[in-house]
Amino acid sequence: MLKFLTRTRGRSRLDWTDWLSYAYLFVGLFTMFAPIIWLVMSSFKTESAISLFPPTFLPYSQKSVEVQGHDKPLPLYLTKDAQGNVRPMAQVRRIGIMATMVDPASPGEEIRVNINDRKPINEITFALGNYTELFGKFNFERYLWNSVFITVVATLLTLLINSMAAFALSKYQFRGQKAVFMLIIATLMIPPTIILVPVFLVINTVGLLNSLWGVILPAIATPTGVFLLRQYMLTIPDELLEAARMDHASEWRIYWRIILPLAAPALAVLAIFSVMWRWNDFLLPLIVLSKSEYFTLQLALNSFQGELNTQWHYLLAMTVITLIPVTLVFAFLQKYITTGIASAGVK
Amino acid sequence: MELVSRLLGGFFNLFEPLFRAGQRWLGFSRLGWLFVAPNLIVFGLFTFLPIVINFVYATTGGVKLYPFDRPFTGMENFGILFECRDYFDIRTCRKDVFWRAMINTAQFSVIQVTLMVGFSLVTALVLNRKIIGRGFWRGVFFYPVLLSPVVVALIWKWLLQTQGVFNAGLVAAGSTPVNWLTEAHWAFSWTVFVSIWAHMGFYTLILLAGLQAIPKEMYEAAEMDAAPPWRTLTRITLPLLMPNLIVVLVLAMIRAVQIFDEVYVLTGGGPGSATTFIVQFIYQTGFAEQIHLYGLAAAASLVLAIGLMALTIVQLRITKASSAGQRAR
Repeated sequence: MLKFLTRTRGRSRLDWTDWLSYAYLFVGLFTMFAPIIWLVMSSFKTESAISLFPPTFLPYSQKSVEVQGHDKPLPLYLTKDAQGNVRPMAQVRRIGIMATMVDPASPGEEIRVNINDRKPINEITFALGNYTELFGKFNFERYLWNSVFITVVATLLTLLINSMAAFALSKYQFRGQKAVFMLIIATLMIPPTIILVPVFLVINTVGLLNSLWGVILPAIATPTGVFLLRQYMLTIPDELLEAARMDHASEWRIYWRIILPLAAPALAVLAIFSVMWRWNDFLLPLIVLSKSEYFTLQLALNSFQGELNTQWHYLLAMTVITLIPVTLVFAFLQKYITTGIASAGVK
Repeated sequence: MELVSRLLGGFFNLFEPLFRAGQRWLGFSRLGWLFVAPNLIVFGLFTFLPIVINFVYATTGGVKLYPFDRPFTGMENFGILFECRDYFDIRTCRKDVFWRAMINTAQFSVIQVTLMVGFSLVTALVLNRKIIGRGFWRGVFFYPVLLSPVVVALIWKWLLQTQGVFNAGLVAAGSTPVNWLTEAHWAFSWTVFVSIWAHMGFYTLILLAGLQAIPKEMYEAAEMDAAPPWRTLTRITLPLLMPNLIVVLVLAMIRAVQIFDEVYVLTGGGPGSATTFIVQFIYQTGFAEQIHLYGLAAAASLVLAIGLMALTIVQLRITKASSAGQRAR
């Protein structure tokens, strides 16, 4: 085992710089993932457990039992009675510092003890209710649907119109082509943050305020997408197109049946990026969608956490759900993302 | 599957006649315009037109949204932003929050970018060594990059709240709890830390790609000469990585100046205006406050645009200079 862990590539043994490197990496692993694991564990805590201080790592909550003669389950405590015997008992009620306890085995007999003489019995329970109660209770399915709708529709449109532009810019020679390409690339230098007010005006004027389309349309043309796809399409041989034209294929058919299938790898990279941009988008939805029925998950999370009595057990569950799609993308498509970044330098 | 292919086929049929007609009408070579048209319309409507209108907003006053309803005020908006009785004391400025936001943004960008690129460089150098499971480790640092800013902010808000795990640690160590997010210095430091945590994986990736592009022969030659590792680093690795490093620095700077989402959710810009940055000022002036001062917001975004333009020019000049330098070598 030790031999496996300490093996190196090429060299015979680990020297101190290797140990230092691995130490650094493990510190990194902890720093990057401990907060996320803590979040996930916390999201399974019950409402009462989540407000406990100091917090525990595992989601503990107090055990409770059904006792005959009481319609609700009663919380269990390890109780020291008058004789000094310690046994688990359920609490019927508590007044001041005195609690009335009952033995679940013999429901008839009740005793009164000082609350310092009893200790709660905890067990590990995963409060799945935090997740299931989101649906129905907070209009959560609405937010989820809005986010999914925006992400899917915007990604499809992004793929379509950017690949069309990339096709024209890579496979045609027309007057003004260079200028169009430069113009599109130049928009890379204009981040949305500096044209926030006029973009709001345009969206308002075309009547898309408080509409999911108002979030979808303004960003479906992306210079990154055009650039990425154009570079890829340049590698598709022109002979293929010529052959198709010989057979009297229309230009749209050439684009749809030849170029798009061949550009699939680049389209996949753009699709992944688009999904992440859209799913995580915040500033544009924030100014366009002000009615809560149009909120995306990100907006819902933001407005939830801003409320006075933040219900952390629901908020954390919602946060975990929001990071699931991105985590799946990361787990299965990491390679595409890293190549995308390496080749286009974009995020 | 059947349904999807029928849908796609239908979509294809929808556009084919349009493009056939377009070809007859425009001729073959100009058909390209038809293909770029949707893109150009979207860019025109949501990027180029807004650039022009931004100037209109910046030079007009009032609270009306429609440009024609707004009275022309010339440079008054900029005057309001920059007016101070005493320029050595920002509390005397008419828009002290704007000045606060500018100073915060400058401080934040310098500190965050320096630390983040430093950490990214160290991480990339470590990952470039002969390491078992490099792909895994790279993924470890990259994962937070994919998280949404809101999620990032909530993760840390949960850890940093008064009853949170950090304070539990402090109490366990016999110290007193700290209000991490409501004490100005701590809040600012945490915005820096959280944004580094969330973004460093991206820059690590670019730097790692740069490191792996350095020819192996260079290192072999250094080994032949029995050069100590430190000298190899300072004489080979860093000089050859310089172009990537500069790109990363400027890119990180451009992003840092526009910091908004994470901080807005994490601290809301507070306490007071200790973590209010320039984009948040724009958002609040134009959209969040009772009276929407679009003109002032547009003027502030032009100030931001000038800053970003300066950074971009610096980037272009340096990359040009360094690529020329490489050719000379």
